[in-house]
Amino acid sequence: MDVFKIGNRIFKSRLIVGTGKYKDLQETADAVKASGADLVTVAVRRVNIIDTKEPLLMDYIDPEKITYLPNTAGCFTSEDALRTLRLAKESGGWNLVKLEVLGDEKTLYPNMQETIKAAKILVEEGFEVMVYCSDDPIACKILEKIGVVAVMPLGSLIGSGQGIPNKLNIEIIKKQSNIPVIVDAGIGTASDAVIAMELGCDAVLVNSAIAKAKKPLMMAESMKNAVIAGRQSYLSGRMDKINIASASSPINGKINN
Amino acid sequence: MIEIQLNGQIHKFETSLSIEQLLNKLSINKKKVAVELNKSVVPKQKYSSIKIANQDVVEIVTFIGGG
Repeated sequence: MDVFKIGNRIFKSRLIVGTGKYKDLQETADAVKASGADLVTVAVRRVNIIDTKEPLLMDYIDPEKITYLPNTAGCFTSEDALRTLRLAKESGGWNLVKLEVLGDEKTLYPNMQETIKAAKILVEEGFEVMVYCSDDPIACKILEKIGVVAVMPLGSLIGSGQGIPNKLNIEIIKKQSNIPVIVDAGIGTASDAVIAMELGCDAVLVNSAIAKAKKPLMMAESMKNAVIAGRQSYLSGRMDKINIASASSPINGKINN
Repeated sequence: MIEIQLNGQIHKFETSLSIEQLLNKLSINKKKVAVELNKSVVPKQKYSSIKIANQDVVEIVTFIGGG
């Protein structure tokens, strides 16, 4: 049985989806459903005090059925990230979180020094921390040693849709890790998700590629299928590559003059 | 009269009130939010016992769509 486990939690789908950038909350909920994901990332933000009747994400996606993974998007210091996740814990009552501490507004590249600092404190406070990180095997090793439950190296920059230009690093990270490796950021289309899964990754996280597709719901389903296909392909063990042709049809019995 | 900073803006209330009373006044379902008082998270079970004082800084947050 091919079970996907993060910490002590088991998830049905190896596709994790983000809930940002959609047209409206209905489209967000429909896309999550079409993707088959049972773990979704969410952001923590101020309630609209002026209009408290405004619909909330929770009115559209039931946290009892789909696990919310609160993130620290937009946090540039470990202090900000800690504050956000402590609030998230009180809001949802669970301790599985996605830590991301950004280093630069233009690239949204993770600041690993601040990320590692925050990860240490969160683990000590009893959080189960999944960490958005650079595709640096050493940083991933340090995070695993701290006790995080998953590392989430970027395929490429957040929202860029550039796929996974550095497959070698992702492969090295997967081979050395004893915790789930989830490609986060950069997935642009279904084939990128397949590549991540074929490299052996345990899951992928996709947001913009679905939300910004011309037909988000169809892309959500495409991503679902891609992750399943990539995982099966990885588990099947691909054929060896050779440099000459090898006929697929037998020569024996062929009609001739 | 107390004056507090609520989600980044100044709000005035006639009397001092608990977190629970504040949420009720704003018609906010406490199950869907988390509250921070002067940068410390307030556990839900303390909403009725903790009073908000003049010049306090209160943040009320919820989950929204994000990647």
